[in-house]
Amino acid sequence: MNYNWNWRIFWDASPDGVGTYMDTLWSGLIWTLATALSAWVMALILGALIGTIRTMPNKWAARFANGYVELFRNIPLLVQMFLWYFVMPELMPAAIGDWLKALPNSSFITAVICLGFFTSSRVAVQVSAGINALPRGQKMAGTALGLTLPQTYRYVLLPMAFRIVIPPLTSEFLNIIKNSSVALTIGLMELTARARSMQEFSFQVFEAFTAATLIYIVVNIIVVNLMRFIETRVAIPGFITSGTAGAGGH
Amino acid sequence: MNFDFDVIQRSWVYLFSTGMSFTLELTGLAMVGGITVGTLLAMMRLSSIKSVSFAATSYVNLIRSMPLVLVIFWFYFLVPYIGAWIIGANEPIRVGAFSSSLITFILFEAAYYCEIMRAGIQSIPRGQVWAGYALGMNYWQTMGHIVLPQAFRNMIPVLLTQTIVLFQDVSLVYVLSITDFVGAAAKVAQRDGRLIEMYLFVAVVYFVLCFGLSALVKRLQQKVAIIR
Repeated sequence: MNYNWNWRIFWDASPDGVGTYMDTLWSGLIWTLATALSAWVMALILGALIGTIRTMPNKWAARFANGYVELFRNIPLLVQMFLWYFVMPELMPAAIGDWLKALPNSSFITAVICLGFFTSSRVAVQVSAGINALPRGQKMAGTALGLTLPQTYRYVLLPMAFRIVIPPLTSEFLNIIKNSSVALTIGLMELTARARSMQEFSFQVFEAFTAATLIYIVVNIIVVNLMRFIETRVAIPGFITSGTAGAGGH
Repeated sequence: MNFDFDVIQRSWVYLFSTGMSFTLELTGLAMVGGITVGTLLAMMRLSSIKSVSFAATSYVNLIRSMPLVLVIFWFYFLVPYIGAWIIGANEPIRVGAFSSSLITFILFEAAYYCEIMRAGIQSIPRGQVWAGYALGMNYWQTMGHIVLPQAFRNMIPVLLTQTIVLFQDVSLVYVLSITDFVGAAAKVAQRDGRLIEMYLFVAVVYFVLCFGLSALVKRLQQKVAIIR
């Protein structure tokens, strides 16, 4: 076996004009985090909304929310990326479509929208599992006190449920960071794409991928610890049941 | 804007015979391999030998913190070197696209199947293991005859759900320009300039398959549930 290890490659200038290969990977990390965080905000808002609707007594509302979840769960993320990037602008009125395609960071915006919707369906499942994990008596007590249904949700169910679902949401947050790498297929230069381009330019395959792997691990550890800190701060005393919905998925 | 869904009629035989058969074959083999390796990993993680359980835990945590796309790239370049190392060759050996991605998916999904099987094994009361040992069975007999059959049965729905995820994940071999279902569709789409029709068709096919399979898994779940 002859592979020429060259760990000093990271200090060499990279041909993409950013600086050294180290800077290349760094800017990849920034794009990964920017994409994941923006998409995460979107996923949380949409997911909380859809997850709440899923538990509502209105049959049609619940049916709509279930359809939403199934739609985004049963199509591979890669195909969803293509749909948002290639198909969506064409289905819009021509003027809007052209404007979308001409946007300077169109692959970033597309990736955020795609990951946001994709992850929102997973967040929704967790949120409704959290609401369903609450004892039935809480909802009954709320309505018995004369609260309307929206008030019961607002003051009784949701404050509890949101705190219960934080542990399962941690893994969804880790997933969205990892899933952002799929956006390299639509040209987003995030961390994995940068490692790949570094490999193509420098031929130092294993150095490039090792560096990317280490960065992902460090990000993972930081997120896990941050979420653990938040978990202990918001944990409901004496309430151990977490509303974890069926495992599986990445 | 004009649609031409005729392109699907012209290419669906190719899409399914070349693309979908690749996807299904890879999914099936990766599932069998992944569950096997995953079960072994789970047994290692639960081992009382510290170094064994540490090795398995590190592997699982490492794989689970990496994006699949990066893992696919890793193995695509790593497998030829490992192959060369095994047979003692001087040059990296050539590995076909299928075997390379099969190894990738077995080793990647094994980490996820491992966590499922670990939960399954832990769901079996400890008393059963002790009963096995008390009857004079050794570790492998206890595992093979008592613990694993029940663990599998408890976990079948979750294992199958993970397999549906695997089926969707296989689409990511697109990054290696392999002709799986998405890859085949992308080739036709670019050749004929019919991206909208092809990608919509791909989405519909995946949706129907995955939705149908999840519904089946849900029904199976009610059937195999052990009544306690």
